[in-house]
Amino acid sequence: MTLLQVENVGFAYGKGRAVLEDISFDVPRGANVGLVGESGSGKSTLLRLLLGLDSPQRGRILFDGAPLDARDRGYMRGYRRQVQAVFQDPYSSLNPAHRIRRIVTEPLRSLKIPGDHRQMAEAAITSVGLTPDTLDRYPHQFSGGQRQRIAIARAIVARPALLLADEAVSALDLSTRVRVVDLFRQIARDMTMVFVSHDMGVVAALCDRIVVLDRGRIVEAGDTAAILKNPQHPYTQSLLSSIPRMPDAAQPQDPT
Amino acid sequence: MTLLSVENLTLATRDARLVEDLSFTIAPGERFGLIGESGSGKSLTSLAVTGLLPQAIRATGRITLDGTEVTGAPESRLTALRGSAVATVFQEPLTALDPLMPLGRQIAGPVRRRLKREGADTAAVAAEVRALMEQVRLPDPDRLLRAYPHEVSGGQRQRVAIAMALACRPKLLIADEPTTALDVTTQAEIVTLLLDLVRERGIALLFISHDLAVVGQVAERVMVMRHGRAVESGTAAQVLTAPRDEYTRTLVAAARRFDDALEGRG
Repeated sequence: MTLLQVENVGFAYGKGRAVLEDISFDVPRGANVGLVGESGSGKSTLLRLLLGLDSPQRGRILFDGAPLDARDRGYMRGYRRQVQAVFQDPYSSLNPAHRIRRIVTEPLRSLKIPGDHRQMAEAAITSVGLTPDTLDRYPHQFSGGQRQRIAIARAIVARPALLLADEAVSALDLSTRVRVVDLFRQIARDMTMVFVSHDMGVVAALCDRIVVLDRGRIVEAGDTAAILKNPQHPYTQSLLSSIPRMPDAAQPQDPT
Repeated sequence: MTLLSVENLTLATRDARLVEDLSFTIAPGERFGLIGESGSGKSLTSLAVTGLLPQAIRATGRITLDGTEVTGAPESRLTALRGSAVATVFQEPLTALDPLMPLGRQIAGPVRRRLKREGADTAAVAAEVRALMEQVRLPDPDRLLRAYPHEVSGGQRQRVAIAMALACRPKLLIADEPTTALDVTTQAEIVTLLLDLVRERGIALLFISHDLAVVGQVAERVMVMRHGRAVESGTAAQVLTAPRDEYTRTLVAAARRFDDALEGRG
């Protein structure tokens, strides 16, 4: 079953040139799709459309079979219950003046979700690998990786159908990044996920499908393993060949 | 022979030690990589080498660059050293360049200072600026000379920053995360450019990065820092393929995780 369908979407800011042109792809329920592109590829704009922050000027986005309408406030309330996001910067995405409990339970309150919020917050914070006493503390008491875990707890506390992640591990140090990627992998087991990133290595480690964007267009899309093994489009090929690799353990090489 | 020698360097504020008992040397023409995550002290170390530390940070130990003692040197001696002995390329070319000055004039600045220093005729400035733009492979010099930083791409801005550093004809080039803010395809071009330029001219390179694979492409010897201390150093091949320290092993394993995923072995 398809959870999200993007159909021939086109978008431009104001009267400027098109930022997205003829974008079409499907996200099956339970899938974990990576949107990959460099700066200017339009990946952030596409994510804004998926969040309902802007509406496409051409084409449409279907969620669970129904068109996404960013101007319909009633519809958007229901949509937000289904779709949550994690952003790049763990320092600016958590309100510094609020305790973690208030931050994590915020979606439950704003979406008026019934139930024991205390218990739901504890379940969410435990599922991201933090202890319940985290909830009584403030954002500044945590490292970047821990803050990103808190942001993930907030995103999953209302049990959304779709998790959108925007460069969600890009600001983290390498050793932390590996652990947060593992957490995303674990979470993606019971959730549909769209993971936007410039980092092909992260997407390769995390997503089972990849959509490659270049200057507002999809240049290649498909199964991750197939694209990595045999990239078809010259842009995908150059993207993959530009990634610096570790020297080979078997034959230590001269860097020349 | 040693171009840069750092001996028992400790950097501290009133209440914290940021770098502790750090020692390393760089020979003329050698490419040395400093690896570390955020908070490791790698950038502070490079600022100490150029004498650009914030006032609140006190340095002890001894830094000698091209025969001149940097630690405790008066500003006048440091100014002479920057440019003639060492030049730096920083991470973010958008903040390192003056937003209100055309690129041609920004490159001309260090060219003119060098020609004066050498007692040469400054009439050669314009020709030299064009030659530098060609060396860093900046296209369309007529347009770019008059362009402002915001009008060109991130990769082109970094090429301008490299041209300015080369204009000084330094013996040591410090590159502090020079490709981190760039797209991966641009990053590959800038790394190749930097390598070509320092090799051709025999310039020593202090390359600072959190990205192990990039350091592996650039450096002959590396040092890994964590929380202000060196945890391991050796040849790039040894440290990146057979790390001895526990923390280095974690970093190398993490980098290989993403490499493996790219090879479909994830």
